[in-house]
Amino acid sequence: MKTNIPKKNMTRRQLLQSATAISGIAVAGSGFIAAPNAAWALEVTEITEHQMATLVQIARDIYPHDKVGDEYYVVAVKGYDSGESKDMIAAGVAKLDELAQAARAPSYLETKWEDNRVALLKQVEDDAFFQTIRGGLVTGLYNQKAVWPIFGYEGESFSQGGYVDRGFNDINWL
Amino acid sequence: MAEKFEMNDGSVVVVIGTGAGGGVLSNELAQKGVKVVALEAGGRYLPEDYVNDEWDSFGQLAWVDARTTSGDWRVAKDFSGLPAWIVKAVGGTTTHWAGASLRFQDHEWKALSAYGAVEGANLLDWPIDPREMDDYYTKAENKLGVTRTGDRAGLPGNNNYLVFEKGAKALGYKEVHTGRMAINSADYDDRLACQQTGFCFQGCKWGAKWSAAYTDIPRGEATGNLEVRENAHVARIVHDDSGTVTGVEYFDKEGNLHLQKARVVCVAGNSFESPRLLLNSASSMFPDGLANSSGMVGKNYMRHMTGSVYAVFDKPVRMWRGTTMAGIISDESRHDPSRGFVGGYEMETLSLGLPFMAAFLNPGAWGRGFTTALDAYENMAGMWLVGEDMPQESNRVTLNTDVKDQWGLPVANVHFDDHPNDIAMREHAYRQGQAVYEAVGATRTFPTPPYPSTHNLGTNRMSADPKNGVVNKWGRTHDIGNLYISDGSQFTTGAAENPTLTIVALAIRQADHIASEMSKGDL
Repeated sequence: MKTNIPKKNMTRRQLLQSATAISGIAVAGSGFIAAPNAAWALEVTEITEHQMATLVQIARDIYPHDKVGDEYYVVAVKGYDSGESKDMIAAGVAKLDELAQAARAPSYLETKWEDNRVALLKQVEDDAFFQTIRGGLVTGLYNQKAVWPIFGYEGESFSQGGYVDRGFNDINWL
Repeated sequence: MAEKFEMNDGSVVVVIGTGAGGGVLSNELAQKGVKVVALEAGGRYLPEDYVNDEWDSFGQLAWVDARTTSGDWRVAKDFSGLPAWIVKAVGGTTTHWAGASLRFQDHEWKALSAYGAVEGANLLDWPIDPREMDDYYTKAENKLGVTRTGDRAGLPGNNNYLVFEKGAKALGYKEVHTGRMAINSADYDDRLACQQTGFCFQGCKWGAKWSAAYTDIPRGEATGNLEVRENAHVARIVHDDSGTVTGVEYFDKEGNLHLQKARVVCVAGNSFESPRLLLNSASSMFPDGLANSSGMVGKNYMRHMTGSVYAVFDKPVRMWRGTTMAGIISDESRHDPSRGFVGGYEMETLSLGLPFMAAFLNPGAWGRGFTTALDAYENMAGMWLVGEDMPQESNRVTLNTDVKDQWGLPVANVHFDDHPNDIAMREHAYRQGQAVYEAVGATRTFPTPPYPSTHNLGTNRMSADPKNGVVNKWGRTHDIGNLYISDGSQFTTGAAENPTLTIVALAIRQADHIASEMSKGDL
């Protein structure tokens, strides 16, 4: 992992070019992580890049939706980059990495098959760490209005006059 | 804010709570010229304030003051601090309710006689003849504008209903329609017709659904006889040396304690807060709490046998469009012990938005078994199952003195274990609900566990004999002549039907009784 990249005066593209890709998430060092496809980038201040990248992967492994991009999972977990959360996150990620190493992988993040990562999560699912992350995702992920259209959900309808003239009974396959 | 009625005006009737029970009672009394002070723990929200957003609306309206839970019900594990999804606002849970307005079946007023004794259950007959209720049900239906009653037409069926109806008919069910709903199918009583917006649970922004918040409450206030005090959390009911209730103490928004004197006190805080208030009002004269000589205050908590069935199809349904609960199958609501349980259940259409579906489809679940269900959200249909559950003394609301609310008062602990009859009924209902959707080609079905309770009943129950209940046939406490219970906590048994219409009918009836007693000089 490269470590001496100055944060300032870097474009996102330069940042991404300098990054070391791990499990689909780029850890650039100096507090930045980003997606290889430049869909998102995030600066962390209280927790490490590795911890944040691991959190994003955990979020996706808990609630995997193949049609939902990583950027929505990032939004759901970025709040854990806080002084209040950092000890819990450090301990939770460290435990998962230990379990991964016991399973002969370098880390949780570098455990390549989802099924194998899920097997690691199963071992911690009663821990407060896991329950906090999972519980937070229920609103953190599914209450993002930007996510709703991916599932076809239309959200608010009052401002459009409801569905009385917009297909409340338009089912055509029965 | 200046009060309309004086704090030391002991001639007023104080009503605690402004929902289906308290809101209706307050207006009915005010219309008869009785002076009423209604104390409401929440604030006032009207259609322009409601939001078409599940979590934002929950934050606006839900009662989220501390409560605790125990027992084997899954809610105690998944939502340990939220045993009920009810409302803290003027109009109470009538802002949130779905609008399903069903009369009890005759035999349900006499559950003990109809079903016989059930082991482990504490069944009792209501001390009310079903025929006494006919006119009150009609008055309630006219007040609420219930569809398919009087000359009111039914609502049109939405996509979710059309799937449900086709499956029901394929199974041979006969009593299938878009429900008797307190949601206008045409303009009625100065309220608009339903615009098929969805979000019935979040408060109807058109006012097409009846809610006390924008009907009974303002109409009562317009008489000059009703004063509603918002953000007034009642702490204690007080009494004199003769055991007569003399007033209530409440906290205002700033936490100042006031004493409002009263001629009569009517408690309508829903089935957790009403017994909690009686228990928190314990005194040297009534060490076990007010009106509790039977020991029944807080006991026999019922929440209806509930559950949901969601199903996924290979094509879109878009169940969230339109009225949330305008669809019913009533064929299973009969009492037919050959099914392996007493009492019956209704099947009613239901939808949740994506955010609540994620929270409630299978709380705590994760991984692809769960997420592939949500991936098919657009192709999903849903129904709610609601049936009669068994009263059990051990299902009860008690004070948890280890946990205090923001006013320093012990909170309610809600203990609930399913009765074997509840479990047998739920299993049957899941099977039938899944069959309804499989008959239309569902590729996957989900027997979804009960949500935090919306139908909270029985914790101050009505009985002929003062030894086994808290109130008499008028909702008047057996122990204290000028203390009444006016909400669903007075239910002797729960019946299969959504309770609001019955709560409203009982409130109209109780108003007649109280006014009559006052004019006779007996109150």
